[in-house]
Amino acid sequence: MNFPILSSLILLPIVGTLFLFFTKDKEGNNLTAKYVALFTTVVNFLISIYLWISFDQSTSSFQFVEDRTWIEGFINYKVGVDGISILFIILTTFITPLCIISVNNSVKNRLRDFLIAILIMESFMIGVFCALDLVVFYLFFEAGLIPMFLIIGIWGGARRVYSAFKFFLYTLLGSVLMLVAIISIYWITGTTDVVQLYEIGIDVKYQNLLWLAFFSSFAVKTPMWPVHTWLPDAHVEAPTAGSVLLAAILLKMAGYGFIRFSLGLFPVASEVFTPLIYTLSVIAIIFTSLIALMQEDMKKLIAYSSVAHMGFVTLGIFTLQQQGIEGSIIQMISHGLVSAALFLTVGVVYDRMHSRLISTYGGLVSVIPKYSILFMLFALASLGLPGTSGFIGEFLILMGAFKDNFLVAVIASIGVILGAAYMLWLYKRVVFGKLINEDLKKMLDLNRSEYFILSCLAVPILFFGFYPDPLINTIEVSVTDLINAHNTNIASK
Amino acid sequence: MENLNLILPEIFISLSIMFLLILGVFKKDSSKITFNLSLFAILITAIITINETFSVTRETLFNESVVIDSMSSLMKIITLIGGFLVLVISSTYLKTFKIYNIEYPVLILSSILGMMVMISSNDLIVFYMGLELQSLALYVLATYNRDQLKSSEAGLKYFVLSALSSGLLLYGCSLVYGFSGSTNFDIISNQLNSEEYVLTFGIVFILVGLAFKISAVPFHMWAPDVYEGSPTTVTLFFTIVPKIAALTVFIRFLYVPFLNLIDQWQMIIVFLSIASMVFGAVAAIGQTNIKRLIAYSSIGHIGYTLAGLATASNEGIQSSIIYISIYVVMNLALFSCLLMLRRKDQYYEGIDDLSGLSKNHPLLSLCLLLILFSLAGIPPLAGFFAKFYVFKAVLEQSMYFLAIVGLLSTVVAAFYYLRIIKIMYFDKEKDKYDTDHSLWLKFSLTVSTILILLYFIFPSQLVEVVSRINII
Repeated sequence: MNFPILSSLILLPIVGTLFLFFTKDKEGNNLTAKYVALFTTVVNFLISIYLWISFDQSTSSFQFVEDRTWIEGFINYKVGVDGISILFIILTTFITPLCIISVNNSVKNRLRDFLIAILIMESFMIGVFCALDLVVFYLFFEAGLIPMFLIIGIWGGARRVYSAFKFFLYTLLGSVLMLVAIISIYWITGTTDVVQLYEIGIDVKYQNLLWLAFFSSFAVKTPMWPVHTWLPDAHVEAPTAGSVLLAAILLKMAGYGFIRFSLGLFPVASEVFTPLIYTLSVIAIIFTSLIALMQEDMKKLIAYSSVAHMGFVTLGIFTLQQQGIEGSIIQMISHGLVSAALFLTVGVVYDRMHSRLISTYGGLVSVIPKYSILFMLFALASLGLPGTSGFIGEFLILMGAFKDNFLVAVIASIGVILGAAYMLWLYKRVVFGKLINEDLKKMLDLNRSEYFILSCLAVPILFFGFYPDPLINTIEVSVTDLINAHNTNIASK
Repeated sequence: MENLNLILPEIFISLSIMFLLILGVFKKDSSKITFNLSLFAILITAIITINETFSVTRETLFNESVVIDSMSSLMKIITLIGGFLVLVISSTYLKTFKIYNIEYPVLILSSILGMMVMISSNDLIVFYMGLELQSLALYVLATYNRDQLKSSEAGLKYFVLSALSSGLLLYGCSLVYGFSGSTNFDIISNQLNSEEYVLTFGIVFILVGLAFKISAVPFHMWAPDVYEGSPTTVTLFFTIVPKIAALTVFIRFLYVPFLNLIDQWQMIIVFLSIASMVFGAVAAIGQTNIKRLIAYSSIGHIGYTLAGLATASNEGIQSSIIYISIYVVMNLALFSCLLMLRRKDQYYEGIDDLSGLSKNHPLLSLCLLLILFSLAGIPPLAGFFAKFYVFKAVLEQSMYFLAIVGLLSTVVAAFYYLRIIKIMYFDKEKDKYDTDHSLWLKFSLTVSTILILLYFIFPSQLVEVVSRINII
């Protein structure tokens, strides 16, 4: 395969932004800009589907690799995908067009600039998932801060400035230590090429510190307890499309980073720090679920539920079992779909009533039935009902956890129950009950574009819930080889 | 016979200064022609420098008191380009304040001459001559808007403190001379040994003097006041051009005469670096005047440059030079934006004046956004690569503490850059600014912003040029 398909995936959104620059920035509904952006992202999605089809599932080596000299004798621009990263790329290209369709209602001013920010964001996120050089990875990982900062800060809610700053500084603080670690790896091993590093391995005596440096970055981004506090703020203040991108894709960068870098590069240290991850994950699951129960703001509740779900993900990754890691990846994909859908459903009622408070609502089922049905589906998927993709992920993670550590698995299972509690309670308070608020009666049900977006998300959630094989087949070989490589590394040291 | 071609740039620029002075005195209303001729002179000098010296690896002249090597020619070229651009974007500003006189270009030319002498010096006396020439020109430039109280204050402050530092420097030089018996850097390098404790005083005095010139903490006190008080174009000149020369001299001092005394000075440089990075980041947070803020930010940036110097390796020196080059471009872009904040012949320099800029001037604020993120060191902009090279060199020497403190202070520094972006993008808009800027101003802003934005596509070119510099 000579055609640089991954680079074109990264570059296409940038090309789209160049076109957007030339569209007129009109007030109100700017259709041209929207169509340009939509066209770009849909083409990108189709390319990524083509990527998935032509992807060879029987090998764990990197495919579609491009390797170019970038800084002479130091860094190569190297990208490639394996079974783990390809799914995240497709998730990114799938969610972005939906975000663009959804901006109709939530973004009132400077639509063109907003679309530019989203497209640039997409390009950076795809870059993160296919970078095979630590420096290139870091570049994309950090660069994403700029558009996200602007998305929250310009189009956000009342406390957007505080949230944007918190988001930016928190993540930057975590990341700079990773930069130190990356440069140190270069001086220790002489390369920053991930594939070569997998082969060479890193001296055990350095691994612990390097692992911690990477951890500091990923933990903030995941986010893990106790550095999760930026997430609810950022989510609540961001516009709907921003929250969707943040929850569906940005959070996955850290989970992906844990699998690709923490496990892959520092096997011994990963073993050493597993108890730490377990503790933090379990606290995240239980503690943030309890916090979610008490929330009065719908977006905040979903934000806290994201933290809890990401707790499952980190737990699954560090079980170092086949099921655990596969479960984590599927959970991340599923959470990407489900949380995006939930934020969009909140966005739907917010656009109509301009309130995110749960107490504003109640009895929606009699006013907007279509909405209520889809909302129910997503709520059930979020709590992991069998038949939805959320179940597959959580189930596999818990299976892996039971193999590795019984106590942790039991506590995490309690988290599943709590998850059911806060989701169902939310659903009950918003959709069922008596219709007290008179204003609600004037609410319109889903319009065509909203219906389309939410159905687009509902289909894969159900499909992968019943038939997860396409996902599992894609990741299986890569995960098996990752664990094998990990075990041989541990055994030899 | 000496090969005078090697110092042809200096000779040419001296002759142009004299000619321009005579022209200015005898011809009436000659400010415009002096301006244009001096631009022309800088351009010619730059061309001569590239032609005559760029391929020279190392040559010495006049009993080895002047050295021409790849570092000196590169730094001279950066100085000249910086000087050219400063001069070219100054004219509208100077006309507004009715100080569009012949002295301005002549003073800039003479300070550039002083810097070129400094850059090439391989001898304490030559160095000191160059330093004084550039300083004296700078004192006058600082007070150039003499009807304004602040400008006079800035000039006086700069003069007093700078004279003090020159005194310290001279005392240090005399001590070093006393112990080595020579003023030539190469001979000093062979004569010095670290047994002599008094010699350490000499080194410290010299370092203090130099640290003052580049405004490293704790010798930075003059910078914010002088930067704020001086005319904006002069501030621009202050923030970029003298720093290039002073940095070159810093490198020369540390790595030629004092190379064997590395144990004595390395800790000092590390301290200066850490103090500048941290202080620059923290002190800028509370500022409300953009020029003061730039003063503190430039203190911070000098800290990063010094971090590269503290490594005692060629990579470190090269990374510092890359840093200062990128810093020059970023500052030029930043000041171009600042000079565009003009409404009815009045220039605005408060941070609040940027409020809501993005609504009235989307392109200008986009440029400023990129520049600020680049100054904060966020990838993929040029500022990130500058920091990246420095910390790569620092970590090669396993100086983890320096690297971690440096990178953490970038997070603090990011805060105040973000604050400006917040004011530009998130706050309510104010009245529009004028848009009839001179072509050169637009040109310098566009080119420097494009360089910042697209640096990541061709990062190797700069590294290649700089990698020819091998001092140790």
